[in-house]
Amino acid sequence: MNEIAPMEQFSEKPVVEACARAPVGLLAELTHRCPLQCPYCSNPLELDRVNSELTTEQWQDVMRQAAELGILQIHLSGGEPTVRKDLEDIVEVAVKAGLYTNLITAGVTLTRDRLARLKDLGLDHVQLSIQDVDDANAEKISAYKNGLAKKREVGQWVRELEMPLTINAPIHRLNIENLPNIIDFAVEMGAGRIEVANIQYYAWALKNRAALMPTRAQVLKSAEIVEAAKERLKGIMVFDFVVPDYYAKTPKPCMGGWGRGVMNVTPQGRVLPCHASETVPGLVFDNVKDRPLADIWLNGQAFQAYRGTSWMKEPCRSCPRAEIDFGGCRCQAMAFTGDAANTDPACKLSPHHDAFVAAAESESAEQTPPPFVYRRMSPAKAPAAE
Amino acid sequence: MSETTRARVIIAPASKPALPPHIKLRHDPGRGRWHVLAPERVFEPDPIAIEILKRCDGVTSVEQIANDLAKDYNAPVQEILTDTIAMLQELSDKGVVKAA
Repeated sequence: MNEIAPMEQFSEKPVVEACARAPVGLLAELTHRCPLQCPYCSNPLELDRVNSELTTEQWQDVMRQAAELGILQIHLSGGEPTVRKDLEDIVEVAVKAGLYTNLITAGVTLTRDRLARLKDLGLDHVQLSIQDVDDANAEKISAYKNGLAKKREVGQWVRELEMPLTINAPIHRLNIENLPNIIDFAVEMGAGRIEVANIQYYAWALKNRAALMPTRAQVLKSAEIVEAAKERLKGIMVFDFVVPDYYAKTPKPCMGGWGRGVMNVTPQGRVLPCHASETVPGLVFDNVKDRPLADIWLNGQAFQAYRGTSWMKEPCRSCPRAEIDFGGCRCQAMAFTGDAANTDPACKLSPHHDAFVAAAESESAEQTPPPFVYRRMSPAKAPAAE
Repeated sequence: MSETTRARVIIAPASKPALPPHIKLRHDPGRGRWHVLAPERVFEPDPIAIEILKRCDGVTSVEQIANDLAKDYNAPVQEILTDTIAMLQELSDKGVVKAA
């Protein structure tokens, strides 16, 4: 045993390769309610209402079923998960079930007491989103006053409570020039990790694409900034850098492959292969209220529809990258080409690729971008008989 | 917390590595393998990495870990030490181990 190559011994594989059959991660969208109105929200345009949300017991049951199914990590998200008063009850069950618990929060509705209680219950990690490190800009992006000051306060509590922190910074044309300051802010907050996450254009972000898309030059510059900061902050802060795929040549392996490693449960309990998959027509989404989670994962129509590679057409079908990027994103293929089984237009082999790139280039070059369409609940419809 | 108080940890033979509380080395009975659970990451350590990580208790030094492994695997200690340091440095940089 004299060959110990560290990297081979301890490989950081895409999570999906940890297991071909059972999922490893579950994104629990506990609610669509959120005090912020960010125009790039990944929630669907049609938001679930509070009276349709799963109950505490139903979410607790989802946690237990998830652990039994082999899920390792649970991401408690929203909307803003802390607006649910029963978050602690859900976390408690998730921890007891053996799940690694990650709270994805905007922070503004948190209190120090709640955070301390969550820590005592065994919450493993806090991911705090920021809109910008410029107060006025942060306010413009989120349509929420004094958000940044509250986030600083939350960061202070997280440090005092010695909880591990990731700063999540969605990047777009309104804040991309502030990237160095955003990185400094994360260091100052004591974050062990930062996600420099260029907006992915789905749902609200797609609606607001022309207002959000940075130029290619800005994206290239931001990549350089991240590379330099990574080197400077080695051993201090870990970076995750998500690039906008409009300027890519190969598509991202969206969700690590459809129905391969992760699943998403909406506030109402619908189980989705990804948070945007409701935009793909022809899919049937099962609900945790009607069917066991394991059965939905294995046999649900929506999960089977684009699982593996047999659904692929050319150029994906014969592509050597078919099992590397899985043809990219079904939702993006749907939105841009009208057929979810087409290759993702982010791929240079897609006949739609040039138009896709041209859209980003022309929108980002526009001197006066259109105003934001903020993320808001649509006006209430006439109450439907249940 | 400023950058100056948060310096990169350099792993040396006398370092005493440990897993921070939010990093979980867990056996997954369903899949019959070990995982390291970290924020937004799941690592799959191989058998030797598992043996090293199990010994990262904040008390045992890297040198002691290497001695231990050299005995168990009947391998030259210097080589094991070099490789163990390299692995732990990599993991420290990824925030998976800390060391005093």
